[in-house]
Amino acid sequence: MKSLEELKAIREKVQSQMNLRDESGTDTRVVVGMATCGIAAGARPVLNKFVELVQGRNLTEIQVTQTGCIGMCRYEPIVEIHEPGKPSVTYIHMDAEKAEKVFNDHLLHGNVVTEYLIPAKMQA
Amino acid sequence: MYRAHVLVCGGTGCVSSGSPKIIDSFKEELAKKGLKDEVAVVQTGCHGLCAMGPIVVVYPDATFYAKVSVDDVPEIVDEHLLKGRIVSRLVYRENESDGDEGVKSLNDTDFYKKQTRVALRNCGVINPESIEEYIGMNGYEALGKVLTEMTPEDVIDVILKSGLRGRGGAGFPTGQKWKLARELVQDGGPKYVCCNADEGDPGAFMDRSVLEGDPHAVLEAMTIAGYAIGANQGYIYVRAEYPIAVERLKIAIDQAKEYGLLGKNIFDSGFDFDIALRLGAGAFVCGEETALMTSIEGKRGEPRPRPPFPAVSGLFNRPTILNNVETWANVPQIILKGADWFAGMGTEKSKGTKVFALGGKINNTGLVEIPMGTTLREVVEDIGGGVPNGKKFKAAQTGGPSGGCIPAEHFDVPIDYDNLIAIGSMMGSGGLIVMDEDNCMVDIAKFFLEFTVDESCGKCTPCRIGTRRMYEILDKITKGQGTLEDLDRLEELAYYIKDNALCGLGQTAPNPILSTLRYFRDEYEAHVVDKKCPAKVCKSLLSYTIHADLCRGCTLCARNCPVRCIEGEVQKPHVIDQEKCIKCGACMANCKFDAITKE
Repeated sequence: MKSLEELKAIREKVQSQMNLRDESGTDTRVVVGMATCGIAAGARPVLNKFVELVQGRNLTEIQVTQTGCIGMCRYEPIVEIHEPGKPSVTYIHMDAEKAEKVFNDHLLHGNVVTEYLIPAKMQA
Repeated sequence: MYRAHVLVCGGTGCVSSGSPKIIDSFKEELAKKGLKDEVAVVQTGCHGLCAMGPIVVVYPDATFYAKVSVDDVPEIVDEHLLKGRIVSRLVYRENESDGDEGVKSLNDTDFYKKQTRVALRNCGVINPESIEEYIGMNGYEALGKVLTEMTPEDVIDVILKSGLRGRGGAGFPTGQKWKLARELVQDGGPKYVCCNADEGDPGAFMDRSVLEGDPHAVLEAMTIAGYAIGANQGYIYVRAEYPIAVERLKIAIDQAKEYGLLGKNIFDSGFDFDIALRLGAGAFVCGEETALMTSIEGKRGEPRPRPPFPAVSGLFNRPTILNNVETWANVPQIILKGADWFAGMGTEKSKGTKVFALGGKINNTGLVEIPMGTTLREVVEDIGGGVPNGKKFKAAQTGGPSGGCIPAEHFDVPIDYDNLIAIGSMMGSGGLIVMDEDNCMVDIAKFFLEFTVDESCGKCTPCRIGTRRMYEILDKITKGQGTLEDLDRLEELAYYIKDNALCGLGQTAPNPILSTLRYFRDEYEAHVVDKKCPAKVCKSLLSYTIHADLCRGCTLCARNCPVRCIEGEVQKPHVIDQEKCIKCGACMANCKFDAITKE
């Protein structure tokens, strides 16, 4: 170890792998429905896509996590995005390609991808 | 890259309740379900709630699973990690009645809420066998700061201002110790930095947990101290009975060398520092500083008179500082966050936090770290979950064989070095044993005296012979053969030994007697005058009786008596032969009709 910069480089690399264990709760959370229904409908590639994209860009403030069945199995795979201070957004019928778009438009640029939301007439 | 981390406790408590097999089983199950690349399994240090082990924590949601067995692993993998459904039957519940409502994340439990983790901050969070994870938690940043931005005087100044005092028990100001070691001898010769990891108090295991859970913190702190006092060599004196701690220290030292954080020219500053391990054979006296250094030198571990103090002439007759593991664990944090941050916690004369090992008659057996000034009531009732089985709190023993008992009347005294000494106990290394109404205080004093008699090194007469005589008097009292004069003689002897013993072991050995005599003299007198043990512990003063009106003559007691001293015909009241009875209590435990009592 020759310099503080060297130490910092290691720290940043490791921190991106460890930030899951931080519970401070100010982070954005991407929650993928991973119950039997979700998995059967193809939630796993969606989850993996999000993990890959978030990790790839070193976005320590975004957590990708999973949840159980929300009860709307016909819409699976379902992805919810919780951002601090904003109402949560639910995307339905996701796949890996759509996940990439949501990542780019919503998570990176703050624009909700309206065409993947639950259609208004069905929302009730 | 991982989306979830499964942290399995690898502290001694959880290892002995089977956590290594759980880790293997997780790896196997995850591979079977194809989750190997999505979920990381990490072995951590102690979480503190040892009574609930083996402990498994799943992040990011911080679900806290308690008492997990190998058979539960497939369910956790299948339900929680694959489908995202928490396995509620395994989730830690603070109260049995909590039901499903009791599902708790780690930081919501009362056990953790009142704690402030400084020395234990990484325990249970990082993998202690990974230097990278330590660096990820700002590890070695303090060392970098010290070596590139601060002078040795600056470092000592920060530690002095923080108010950090030795966590091994005596509470000597750490900064003061360093300052003396730097300034008193400046002849350019070698100096040494030592770590006291010879944790010997029965019931204390905080140092072990720090070494097992965060070994790099100790290495970093010792290197900082080496720079501050001008030493290039450190020694960690750790007991061989701590195999996991020794193993992880070895790994940590190797990793630090590999990363250039130990060795030559650290951070390109021109400063060299190396650390070696020395294993102790488990003699209690080797926790005393002069005996510890004598032992590192390869001689028989015996203390020597002070002065000269180690800051002038310690290891190999050179200036040496010795700090306890927990003290070391605080140092990097103080350098990083500043003296004011540390001094902002605690009471006027005792700053920061203290780790206690909770044991005895308490619900949450384990390790807790609290700010100085927290009351005993908060520790026992709120964090420790109170005394089990609805029994009444009687006293807490702190400081192990060197400490004393704190009775219920001092339940609300804020815990710090000076307050504990004022009420006749001491901080000690932080063992805190809770006793309820079923504990006999004379018996407790006898237990600790038996320990010091065994552990006395024999070098000085007051300790070698004095502790033995005190033990004999206590033994006499518990057998109902004591007199009131014995109590006076005991007290006189206690003060004499306190004043005349060579080292800390002997000087503090009478404390358990003096404090129980001070607060529980009535119990001593009951043993001597009434020949009764109020807590019904001392066997010689007990007798078991079968009440003829309640006995149905089922013969169960007679069949379970190991010495066959119970006689009687079937369906007729039985009788115990008091002459032969060894007071084992087997008859009482087996009686279905509550017909047997002990007096």
